[in-house]
Amino acid sequence: MVKVTIWGSLRAATDGAAEVEVEAQNFKQVMSELERNYPGLQAQIAAGASLAIDGKIYREAWFTPVYPDSEVVLMPFMVGG
Amino acid sequence: MALDTEKREFKIIGTRPLRPDGIDKVTGRALYGADMVAPGMLEGKILRSPHAHARIVSIDASAALALQGVKAVVTASDFSEAKGELMQNILENCMAQDKALYHGHAVAAVAATSETIAKQALKLIKVDYEVLPHVTEIEDAVKPDAPVLRPDRRAKGAPEGTPANITNLSNFGHGDLEAGFAKADLIIERSFRTESTHQGYIEPHACLASMGPDGKADLWCCTQGHYAVRDMCASFLGMSLSQLRVTASEIGGGFGGKTVVFIEPVALALSRKAGKPVKMAMTREEVFKASGPTPSSLADIKIGMTKGGKITAAHAKLRFQGGAFPSGTIDLGAMCAFAAYDLEAVRAEGFNVMTNRPREAAYRAPGAPIGVYPVEALIDELCIELGLDPLDVRLLNAADKGTKSSYGPTFEAIGLKATLEAAKAHRHYNTPLGPNQGRGVSCGFWFNFGGSTSVSMSVNDDGTVAVTEGNPDIGGSRASVGMMAAEELGIPYENIRTIVADTNSIGFNDPTHGSRVTFSVGLATIEAARDAIKKMCTRVAKIWDIDPDAVMWEDGHARPAGENAGNYEPMSLAEIAAIASKTGGPIAGHYEVNADSAGVSFGVHLADIEVDPETGFSTVLRYTVFQDAGKAIHPAYVEGQMQGGAAQGIGWAMNEEYIYGKDGLLQNAGFLDYRIPVASDLPPIEAVILEIPNPGHPYGVRGVGETAIVPPLAAVSNAVSRAIGKRMRALPMSPPKILKVIKG
Amino acid sequence: MNKIHVTTTVNGDPVEYLCEPQETLLDVLRNQLRLTGAKEGCGTGDCGACSVTLNGRLVCSCLVLAAEAGGQEVATVEGIADGDNLHILQKKILEHAALQCGVCTPGILVAAKALLEKHPDPTEVEARYWLAGNLCRCTGYDKIITAVMDAAAEMRGA
Ligand code: FES
Ligand code: FES
Repeated sequence: MVKVTIWGSLRAATDGAAEVEVEAQNFKQVMSELERNYPGLQAQIAAGASLAIDGKIYREAWFTPVYPDSEVVLMPFMVGG
Repeated sequence: MALDTEKREFKIIGTRPLRPDGIDKVTGRALYGADMVAPGMLEGKILRSPHAHARIVSIDASAALALQGVKAVVTASDFSEAKGELMQNILENCMAQDKALYHGHAVAAVAATSETIAKQALKLIKVDYEVLPHVTEIEDAVKPDAPVLRPDRRAKGAPEGTPANITNLSNFGHGDLEAGFAKADLIIERSFRTESTHQGYIEPHACLASMGPDGKADLWCCTQGHYAVRDMCASFLGMSLSQLRVTASEIGGGFGGKTVVFIEPVALALSRKAGKPVKMAMTREEVFKASGPTPSSLADIKIGMTKGGKITAAHAKLRFQGGAFPSGTIDLGAMCAFAAYDLEAVRAEGFNVMTNRPREAAYRAPGAPIGVYPVEALIDELCIELGLDPLDVRLLNAADKGTKSSYGPTFEAIGLKATLEAAKAHRHYNTPLGPNQGRGVSCGFWFNFGGSTSVSMSVNDDGTVAVTEGNPDIGGSRASVGMMAAEELGIPYENIRTIVADTNSIGFNDPTHGSRVTFSVGLATIEAARDAIKKMCTRVAKIWDIDPDAVMWEDGHARPAGENAGNYEPMSLAEIAAIASKTGGPIAGHYEVNADSAGVSFGVHLADIEVDPETGFSTVLRYTVFQDAGKAIHPAYVEGQMQGGAAQGIGWAMNEEYIYGKDGLLQNAGFLDYRIPVASDLPPIEAVILEIPNPGHPYGVRGVGETAIVPPLAAVSNAVSRAIGKRMRALPMSPPKILKVIKG
Repeated sequence: MNKIHVTTTVNGDPVEYLCEPQETLLDVLRNQLRLTGAKEGCGTGDCGACSVTLNGRLVCSCLVLAAEAGGQEVATVEGIADGDNLHILQKKILEHAALQCGVCTPGILVAAKALLEKHPDPTEVEARYWLAGNLCRCTGYDKIITAVMDAAAEMRGA
């Protein structure tokens, strides 16, 4: 299981939980498990979301591995100027 | 991704060679968006809404079409249905559908044989508007009786009672705020305001579109990302991607504002209808009215501090206004607000509200300056109240490796503390100030991104190398990419020519944004060079009849290694290239990647400002930028990014703002009334580069383009406030506004 | 509409064109003579990207009617280099990396050349005020001013 931190405005979809656990070995599995377990997150994930894995921001990188002790933070899809 | 050892000796990286497009740009030869022509080309012009908010009852173009020389008129019905909310919003921003949503919103377009005829034709298009009540300010847009732009754009999952114009909600942070504030010796809570600003690139949007009767089209335009332009235009015109080839012209500035489309799909639709090439260029007035400004904002900030300067808790409530469409920039603002600090209890929350203004577009570190300014201004106020040095307080609270950032993830190695220390030790910080002078300090932060990137390079017969990349070069990136190729291949920089290819010539590239180009394109270039090197070593191994692993690449030569060392005369790249056709054919290298790990960046700015107490006129006396650039490939262009970002931030702080009248109309759509800094407004801007290598890049590159616009807003505001001995809490700080605070 | 016949010189070469009464010199330079070095940043005299000289005097070509240029000497950025030899100002702008996007550069060069012809030894403040009519959004002007001052020094020495 991997712990995923959910940012504040999405916590309505996780019953208020700031952190949820999913069974996942990579970026893609984290996202699909989040969508499956918390349907309220689907709209945000479809509109775009990134994952910070151990401090690095990944915007779309399905096969980036995550480990049980990885720090995984769900973030908005990031754009720049 | 192979990472090099920390201490690599560079030959070319870190030097300052001339840029490859330089001669063209000092002789007037370089071709920008509006400089291209095609035989038989028509001129396109756009009709724009004179109202802030109006239902379009009907559009009658018959009189315009009857005018001699008019070849086509298009309206919203000439475009395909865009897929997904974001694409629909971008299309609607290019061309109004049932409603005009802001003053200057495009409602129709015409193509004619001359600009004069096209302008006449615009006057002949009859639009029947039903004028609707409008709203342009944040305070008004959240009122219960506010006009609602689009009821279906309210934030999804918003709690009961959320005003209908609120499109996005944001909330980041951690820790127990109440407990944190309880530990503080001093808590201050203040409100701040910023206005919308424009990127202000000197080149207006311009393009030349040409579609044939077979549906194949070519588009030439100034853009930060021609692949993104292709994808958006193809979607809006119902084309497949391979039918549309987009070539990026030289670009006269973008700063985020040229990452979306405005006139490009319109020019294509006109060309399709007229059967001729169509050229379009926005006027400056159109640029202001209908291309992307930043959000405006209101902020309530509350920070608790101990007597010693430790921040015990921090809270921000941010309200952004992002124009007539949803905008996620509030998230970026909220994430950046407190990112510079190591905080036990922190929360930044807020919302974005829709108004009758143009759709907000990214502007250099989008959201960050607006989120960071009120925080850095309040910290300055706390420092004064507690009699503490503003740099010491920032050093005491600075985020570092291992800090849990205010937006969630834990930081890797970052350079904030080193940057603050450099500022403290710099002579600027120790220069005495005179009367009516103040010194302002501010930190700034930006994430930096990588993204999809393709690079290919061919080794020519004569030993020169052609590098092909796909990111429009706004500030000298062809030079830095060429330098990295030369460094890795071990050949002179002059032997490389780097070009930015069209969308058909090389794989997809994300736009030139997010400070990604030197990082991602550089990374792909180095890997493409390694790919070519591997091929060259394999060829040489065959020639020598030894194992490919026994050939190494050094200084532009293949050399026998291991037990073969010294047995064969090394072969140079040119020698290998000259016989390539005999050893297996042309030699090329390529690399495609979605590059991550760009590495966040921090900056610290110092501003010294003198205010004339009689007039409120302020003069920037001294300005110094400190920034962690990772490895600086071409230091002159790194300095240029730091200086340019600072100048834009100074403009934002001192003068620039969108001004809307009660009638909802934009009152200052020109450079005379929207005043960006001119040469005589600014002092020399010193740029101090710190090089803390990014472990995620083979040469240690971090993005540098965006961070520098973040600190100036508060640095300037803090300097002015200290100079006048009173607090400024709204931007821009034009002389009358400063005077009001002095007199108030 | 009757067009006006204009005879003039551009960068030393004789030139003839027909223009509409309301057409600007910038329009004619760019659209008829294909001298696209001068840029239209605003069309209202506020940005300086369209700078040219008329009989040696610095003007915004977007504010000059094409018909007015008759019989005068127009000089544009395309005429600054002497064949393949760059002018010292051009060299210094390049050496100091005093351009990023480069769209302001033609105007800056024309304006700076006019400055140094009139005031070969400007102070930095004078250079900043002289160039205050040329907007640059990319550089913060620092490197531009350094390049102009360096060029001035070299031109005086040469
Ligand atoms: S285009 Fe002439 S001054 Fe701007
Ligand atoms: S270099 Fe871009 S406007 Fe000056």
